[in-house]
Amino acid sequence: MSDPILSVRNLTIDIPMSQNTMHAVRGISFDLKRGETLCIVGESGSGKSLTSLAIMGLLSKKLQRAATRLDFAGIDLMSQKLRQMRDLRGNRMAMIFQEPMTSLNPAYTIGDQLAEAYLLHRKATRVQARMRAIELLGKVGITAAENRLSQYPHQLSGGLRQRVMIAMALMCEPELIIADEPTTALDVTIQAQILRLLADLQREMNMAMILVTHDLGVVARVADKVAVMYAGEVVEQGTAKEIFGHPRHPYTRGLLRCIPVPGRSKPGEHLGSIPGMVPSLVGRVKGCAFRARCDVAEEACTAAIPERRMESGHAWRCIHQAAERLSP
Amino acid sequence: MTRTTTRPLLELAAITKTYQVKQGLFAKAKPLNALGGVSLCLHKKDVLGLVGESGCGKSTLAKILLGLEAPTAGKVLVDGKEIDPRERRHLARRLQPIFQDPYSSLNPRKSIEDIIALPLVVHDIGDSASRSQAVARMLDLVGLPARVRRGYPNQLSGGQRQRVAIARALIMKPEIVVCDEPTSALDVSVQAQILNLLGDLREELGLTYFFISHNLAVVEHLATRVAVMYLGQIVEEAAAAALFANPRHPYTKALLESVLTPDPCLSVPDTHLGASYPNPISPPSGCRFHPRCAQVRDICKTTPPPRIGNEGGHVDCHLYSGAAAH
Ligand SMILES: Nc1ncnc2c1ncn2[C@@H]1O[C@H](COP(=O)(O)OP(=O)(O)O)[C@@H](O)[C@H]1O
Ligand SMILES: Nc1ncnc2c1ncn2[C@@H]1O[C@H](COP(=O)(O)OP(=O)(O)O)[C@@H](O)[C@H]1O
Ligand SMILES: [Mg+2]
Ligand SMILES: [Mg+2]
Repeated sequence: MSDPILSVRNLTIDIPMSQNTMHAVRGISFDLKRGETLCIVGESGSGKSLTSLAIMGLLSKKLQRAATRLDFAGIDLMSQKLRQMRDLRGNRMAMIFQEPMTSLNPAYTIGDQLAEAYLLHRKATRVQARMRAIELLGKVGITAAENRLSQYPHQLSGGLRQRVMIAMALMCEPELIIADEPTTALDVTIQAQILRLLADLQREMNMAMILVTHDLGVVARVADKVAVMYAGEVVEQGTAKEIFGHPRHPYTRGLLRCIPVPGRSKPGEHLGSIPGMVPSLVGRVKGCAFRARCDVAEEACTAAIPERRMESGHAWRCIHQAAERLSP
Repeated sequence: MTRTTTRPLLELAAITKTYQVKQGLFAKAKPLNALGGVSLCLHKKDVLGLVGESGCGKSTLAKILLGLEAPTAGKVLVDGKEIDPRERRHLARRLQPIFQDPYSSLNPRKSIEDIIALPLVVHDIGDSASRSQAVARMLDLVGLPARVRRGYPNQLSGGQRQRVAIARALIMKPEIVVCDEPTSALDVSVQAQILNLLGDLREELGLTYFFISHNLAVVEHLATRVAVMYLGQIVEEAAAAALFANPRHPYTKALLESVLTPDPCLSVPDTHLGASYPNPISPPSGCRFHPRCAQVRDICKTTPPPRIGNEGGHVDCHLYSGAAAH
């Protein structure tokens, strides 16, 4: 068994507010190996992006990050200085964002932006950086790569921009790549192409990948491992087969019943739904955050929730041990 | 089927829409054909799902239906009668919209009650007491607690806002609701609630929906008929069950293949849609889909495809015409 390249234990992120504190991420733990894809799935506001930014060391200063362990390739990220993090980012670890226009600089050509990280981290010459950029654009399926180098971001379609972002993230062959909703703004047709591309490149370069998404279809098709987030916690994690085949947590089960699935849900019939709303995470949060919306909640759900764990690593946070206790 | 015998509630006849767009500061304006002769029928209680990639013209068609844009050519007929653009008032009683973004489509400075009652005020229907009653009925209908009426949009969640938008649309007692991506900005659990609500309201009030979505699983769930649009043209139309069971146009097939069902035993499919979506200012010759088509033939590059009709639908594709079949 190889060691994990990324190891996260009890990651918390607090957001100070004028009177109180918001506990946006509340004790997340997971491991990721080389060549593995972890999908973090959950509804908006559940803390997926904050978790990604915390790993990359990109949280804004006013947010407070804590963890009992945050190790990347044997490096303790919690104790890294700003400059040391900058040496890692874009080099050994890289990130792809949902909206490429917010992370591509509109004033610089594609070629300049692709070359930047390579020049910085690899002490390469301009010619070498240019060769590498052309190579990467080709890898992400962009034709006539040479001509693209002199183009500006606004001259490209959304799908092409996302490919450029991927090329940029891969310039220095990172060991870890975090993609935060990389296909959410794209058409389904382009989404499929981009996801295939990411999966192929990940395999080829043996990278570890964290893919953040709210789309369960994407998760099922791409993930080796899945972490389901709810209200700042990972409420369930396991292999994709376990999470989709034998979901244990009532929230995961609810989520899977909500989506129309051609051939499974009956057209016109009611979809399952999760009534109620996500609780506020401002101030002290006690017990299971899902209990107000859960149909098997009990008095005991207001107290501390144990983590259940199977030998396979499938784990969930619920007072109910046996799956039979949960509604189908 | 009764489709052919009963008169459609709504008919779009050869609608075209051309925008003049400038591609640079000093460039001359060029025509962009957003819609190139779209004909569609909507019967009572139909849910017509309109699908296609972004930029293909779905919202433009919705705006023309709602009278928010004038077509360059073609007609919109309601109950067989062409609607006069000056009769917007009359149209609003029959057709109401629900848009994608529940954040930007509600005026943040107006109370929920004012937002829902606005169409009644604009069309001068009832007095303040009867409007207030109507708002109460609508809130109940869309499953919002009565207390939200005094609140403002920023106090509501995305799902609640979309319920407000639905209440606002239904207060005019329309027959047809034009939904443009009504759940695309919502989380899946909220999307499920809104889809259930739209389904219930259709049963209860006998509504007819013109339902635009890029999510094919959602369209399969709700639609009774489906029209597939590519570069401003309908390339295939059929009953929903038939289209999903037996897609005919290569573009429809590619769209269906790209739906990611939550099956962990499958990987991401290869849709074979190599080239990217073309620029509508200079659409490809012949069949507009030919540069991306996995089954392209010589004739597709030069000659626009014929429309091949069948019971209750059509496909525009050379593959199905006798001449090219060999
Ligand atoms: N910089 C910030 N300042 C204040 N609150 C924030 C900030 N970033 C995120 N949040 C809040 O933290 C919660 C989690 O956010 P996020 O990680 O972006 O969720 P997700 O990516 O799962 O949608 C949300 O309620 C969000 O409003
Ligand atoms: N007001 C406008 N002026 C110029 N071009 C427009 C305008 N509205 C839409 N278009 C163009 O018309 C085409 C269809 O747009 P739209 O109907 O919004 O597509 P969809 O809703 O399917 O994404 C696009 O190429 C778009 O850029
Ligand atoms: Mg996010
Ligand atoms: Mg649109």
